[in-house]
Amino acid sequence: MSNATEQNTIESHELESREGLRSGSARLMRSWRMAGIFIPFLMLFIILSVTSSAFLHTTNLINILDQQASTLCIAAAGTLVLVAGGIDLSVGSTYAFAGVTAGEIGQHHSIFLAIGAAIAVGLLVGLINGVIVTVFKISPLITTLAMSYVIQGAALKVTSGNLILTGTIPGFTTFATAQFLGVPSAVWMTIVFVVIVSLLLSRTTFGRYVVAAGGNAEAARLAGVRVGGIKITTFVLSGVAAALGGVIDAARLGSILASSGGAALSFTVLAGIVVGGTSIAGGEGSGWRTAIGVLFIALIGNGFDLLGVDPNWQQIVLGLILLVAVGLDMWARRTRR
Amino acid sequence: MTDITPTGGPGRSAEHPGDDIVVTGVSKRFGGVPALSDVAVTIRAGEVHALIGENGAGKSTLGKIISGVIEPDDGTLTLGDRPLHLRSPREAMAHGIVTIAQELAIVPSLSVAENVYLGAEVARGGFVRRREARRRFRQLVERVGFDLQPDVPAGTLSTADKQKVEIMRALSRNASFVIMDEPSAALSSHETAALHEIIRSLARGGTAVVLISHFLSEVLALADTITTLRDGHLVRTVDAKGATEEMLIEGMLGRSLSAAFPEKISAPADAAVVLEVRDLKAPRVDGCSFSLRRGEILGIAGLVGAGRSELARAIFRDAKVSAGDVRLGGDALGGHSPRRSIRRGLVLIPESRKELGLLMGRSVRENVSLSRLDLVSRLGWVSRLRERRLVGQLMERTTVRAASMSLPANMLSGGNQQKLLFARSVMCTPSVLIADEPTRGVDVGSKRAIYDLLTEMAREGMGIIVISSELEEVIGLAHRVLVMRHGRIMAELVGDDIHEEAVLAAAFAETSAS
Repeated sequence: MSNATEQNTIESHELESREGLRSGSARLMRSWRMAGIFIPFLMLFIILSVTSSAFLHTTNLINILDQQASTLCIAAAGTLVLVAGGIDLSVGSTYAFAGVTAGEIGQHHSIFLAIGAAIAVGLLVGLINGVIVTVFKISPLITTLAMSYVIQGAALKVTSGNLILTGTIPGFTTFATAQFLGVPSAVWMTIVFVVIVSLLLSRTTFGRYVVAAGGNAEAARLAGVRVGGIKITTFVLSGVAAALGGVIDAARLGSILASSGGAALSFTVLAGIVVGGTSIAGGEGSGWRTAIGVLFIALIGNGFDLLGVDPNWQQIVLGLILLVAVGLDMWARRTRR
Repeated sequence: MTDITPTGGPGRSAEHPGDDIVVTGVSKRFGGVPALSDVAVTIRAGEVHALIGENGAGKSTLGKIISGVIEPDDGTLTLGDRPLHLRSPREAMAHGIVTIAQELAIVPSLSVAENVYLGAEVARGGFVRRREARRRFRQLVERVGFDLQPDVPAGTLSTADKQKVEIMRALSRNASFVIMDEPSAALSSHETAALHEIIRSLARGGTAVVLISHFLSEVLALADTITTLRDGHLVRTVDAKGATEEMLIEGMLGRSLSAAFPEKISAPADAAVVLEVRDLKAPRVDGCSFSLRRGEILGIAGLVGAGRSELARAIFRDAKVSAGDVRLGGDALGGHSPRRSIRRGLVLIPESRKELGLLMGRSVRENVSLSRLDLVSRLGWVSRLRERRLVGQLMERTTVRAASMSLPANMLSGGNQQKLLFARSVMCTPSVLIADEPTRGVDVGSKRAIYDLLTEMAREGMGIIVISSELEEVIGLAHRVLVMRHGRIMAELVGDDIHEEAVLAAAFAETSAS
């Protein structure tokens, strides 16, 4: 008998050491995921600083951030959607619709009403997306793709396809361009928004539920998570972010079209999220890594411009980077089994 | 140690012509840790040969050596009188040795027949000869006796039917040895029954099956020969006819499991009723009534498909309830939300921890705290410190063994994964716990730990419902047993009336035992 117990303890030690071994490689894998895009981003940053004299200037860097403000906001919220197991392809159209809404209303009413209405539009679109996905159980890909047509159509209808001049609305431009510490308000808003969304995902109960809903919806439901409500909320946040992005750009650029943003923006956002290491399958991801992903893509564009490389190469390189990012994710998943 | 005559004698080869696989003196180490030491085993043509042992005993390693997935450090394999040097599963296949993978390799959009001949299409000049393929398929179906339609897309099949497709693929390539590693682990109960029939028909057709399984009842029902491994050593190979479950457990553990179940401590008969189910009707639940007292363990037994899990789901308010009511601590439990049930003090540990229980890729910590994040958060902000402290306590309480609580759940053994669900449940401080198949896919050692947990939770005043397909589990744990059939409760057994014959009689009964 004592012999048997001894054997059992030996076995349990072995088991533990084996689990320890596996946890070591797991931790490595996890830290790789954490670092993921950060290392290539840093490398690219250093390369550009060395090769281009114009790159490492405050003006250039702030310019990049300013240009990416809307994409960063939308991608940060889009991360939540992806982690919860959804996808939002309607953000590009929502962005434009919100922008023209702000422009149209701002021309006759107060800018507060204009901005508020624009955000409300985004919220409503997100709510509709979320309800269709969770209540009617239509795939989020199809739902948001369909919504993107509907919204773009609506935006075209509202504007009759005309350019909406927002630069002439008194005070509206200030919304995105007011300077504080030499940095435009668009960038400040973006920083605040990205930080909030990142913390929401990593540190709050809501974030945990988002991860659970995307990781294993059925298990989450049985554990008492309101999976439907969580998913709807992520779509609402995505819609609001798209609207915010639209308003920021309408204010920043002085004009907006119903056809601004669109599919191209939706795909750029998705690319940024995926390059940032968020799994397209849901259940995993982080807001600040998405931000790095978006900026990584932006740096490639900026670097190519500064170095005078044929812009067509940008697209090719971006496509390849996307493939590598997704490939690494798949590989990581497989090795974790 | 009980002595059993090893089945070394001849006799079978006459019935099932073909060569045997003889494994002699095989050893294998992984990074210095011995996984197999000097193991010898003979797989006879046409037999069902089970390999059993606790987690880490080396049964899967042995299976992988036979199927060419890994090469042994020492020892030899022979097939008939020829030595076998298998460097890959492909080489093994060339010798008629095929593994049915746990992750099924099926192309969902292709038809059943196309999947069977995948990679070895019946073709001439690059054109697939559909008619010829169908003719061969029909012959094959006749041989193995499966009822599979050739033109149905394979993706629409149940898991068991997909396994059939894999098995047919193996047979279409003239496999004489099929190795199955935990084939029923991913299957629902009725799919398991179908799989068992398949294994029997394979053996009848002269194909040897090497069955690696955790389920002793499955092993005893199917196997001709049983080989037990412990810590990489061969314990013994016995004829299944004379084997009993106790004997096998003893072989696996190296000690007898006389104390397989903790002592039953009966709840006082006048303990308060915590759960009252009256005339409950839901899909596959047809008017069930019973009550549960504080500190009582109520077992629910029944055949596969009797509606046990469905009853659990209906009580948990996770299924559409068409009639009847559930009272928890005297108050009606309404609504259709597991969330509300949990808040009211009713917790369910679902039958499949992978599909319904855990977030496999997330940390132990997140998995435990998921249901009651409100206890470790303020205004929606999770306090990691408080979470760590509480989860640590819960892990200790439920004897979860993990190197760290930030380890993802899929890095834990099956037993520890199951204990995570118990830790989560304890955190909810329920008055009633429903545990559906609490020890499925769990090694024998962890089973006892889970039984202890259940007993202890009951002693502390929880009302517990244990649903299990393993009869001895229900009998060994429960103070009272309900036997279900066709969604109805056929019998209620108390005290000394709880024994195997009574449960089986009620489970098979055609009319209500009332």
